[in-house]
Amino acid sequence: MPDKLAPQPLIEVSQLRYRYEDGTLALDGVDFTLYPGETVALLGPNGSGKTTFVLHLNGLLEGEGRITVCGLPLNKENLPAIRSKVGLLFQDPDEQLFMPTVLDEVAFGPLCQGRSEQEARMRAQAALQKVGMAAGAHKAPYHLSAGEKRRVALAAVLACEPEILVLDEPTTYLDPPGQSELLALLSRLPQAKIIVTHDTLFAEAIAHRAVFFYRGKIIAHGSVAELRQRFGWSARATSFTPAR
Amino acid sequence: MHQAELDEWSRRDGPLHRRDARAKLLVLLAYLVALATVNTVTPLAAAGFAALLGLAVALSRLPAGGLAWRAAAVAPFVVVFTVASWVAGEPARAMALLLRSYLSAVAVLIVVGTTPLPLLLKGIEHLGGPRFLITVVQILYRYLFVLSEQAQHMRLAAASRGAAGKGWQANRARFKAAAGAVAVLFARSYARAQTIHRAMLARGYQGVLPSLRANRWQAADWAFLTVGLLLCVSLRLALEYAG
Repeated sequence: MPDKLAPQPLIEVSQLRYRYEDGTLALDGVDFTLYPGETVALLGPNGSGKTTFVLHLNGLLEGEGRITVCGLPLNKENLPAIRSKVGLLFQDPDEQLFMPTVLDEVAFGPLCQGRSEQEARMRAQAALQKVGMAAGAHKAPYHLSAGEKRRVALAAVLACEPEILVLDEPTTYLDPPGQSELLALLSRLPQAKIIVTHDTLFAEAIAHRAVFFYRGKIIAHGSVAELRQRFGWSARATSFTPAR
Repeated sequence: MHQAELDEWSRRDGPLHRRDARAKLLVLLAYLVALATVNTVTPLAAAGFAALLGLAVALSRLPAGGLAWRAAAVAPFVVVFTVASWVAGEPARAMALLLRSYLSAVAVLIVVGTTPLPLLLKGIEHLGGPRFLITVVQILYRYLFVLSEQAQHMRLAAASRGAAGKGWQANRARFKAAAGAVAVLFARSYARAQTIHRAMLARGYQGVLPSLRANRWQAADWAFLTVGLLLCVSLRLALEYAG
């Protein structure tokens, strides 16, 4: 009998498989669950399938298997609703900031959701306020520093009011103070989060748990500290061999 | 990052900068039509049209020398036809072609130099410009800076590995490196375009690039438009009458 008190998962992934056009098997039977309020770090070597996995969570890639987001099965019919629930922050903010001004950029998502211009503007301004970029609303994205671009990209995601935040290498291009600011900012956000990262210190500071990807599979679950210790996953000049 | 000077000009503050993009575009259109429909570009006509531009330059507070120099960018396209007309025994036509092209280029530069491109594109859109074309220009402009930065990084990388030497051998190596760099830049741009498209889809993009309206029409815009149109039409009629 199901436990009525147990929270319903926000994301449930079952036996997800994905093969790229060149034949590379990027995901090989991934099972994953995310609960409300959780922050989960995705660790693992380059090319292990982490980014490919997160691109499935709002339907940008389509593999075999079953994905449910906020109770909705991922299919073409539910795609617009799911994309408004899963906010995806890309690794390179330059690839996410395509509009001519910061305000236009942040209002893009709400406008695409069919919000009125007034509401989109209000949401955009509120999101920029949240990330401390309200003063730069009328700047062009190419006039911003790397840290500012990251903040604007995050505001652009937050303006869509997602229930889940998926962040792909959020500390890339950020200096240590920028990373600290991002950490503080993310810690204040109530959404459940999935964070793809190589930065175990950052992951340890924010994630409740972690999973370890290797050759398209999740081969371990645990705390960031446990997985770091188990796989020797820290910035050291040693070769990596997965210990099972 | 190296910003384009025109972009920097467009973000300054001046009387012409504060005018709505639509008003500036309509006056520009009137100016270009007036200039294009003059039968012969006499010295008087040239002086009249130049005087209008002088007024606009004063209102824009842009550097006149910089504008004049940048407008010369049209020269390579025009000089060939100018020389051909001159050689064919039509010096008046040759001069008219040169002057029309140059004055048009200055006029366009004044509008572009006093209007940030996002506002200019929105102005064109509000005046009924094709949305697809505007979207292409908007994305092209946005990523031109990113691509030029990437190209500069590749040039530095080539130079740091010895492609900056002198002589025939170095030139050959540089040409080879440049050809390879173009191919790499194309491949990277293609990959980037795919990621950008994904980023757009992730936020609900469904084929239309929506944006907030930023242009606000004010009473001063009506005044500017009326005076601008009157000046262009008056000059054109005066030249018709004088000619």
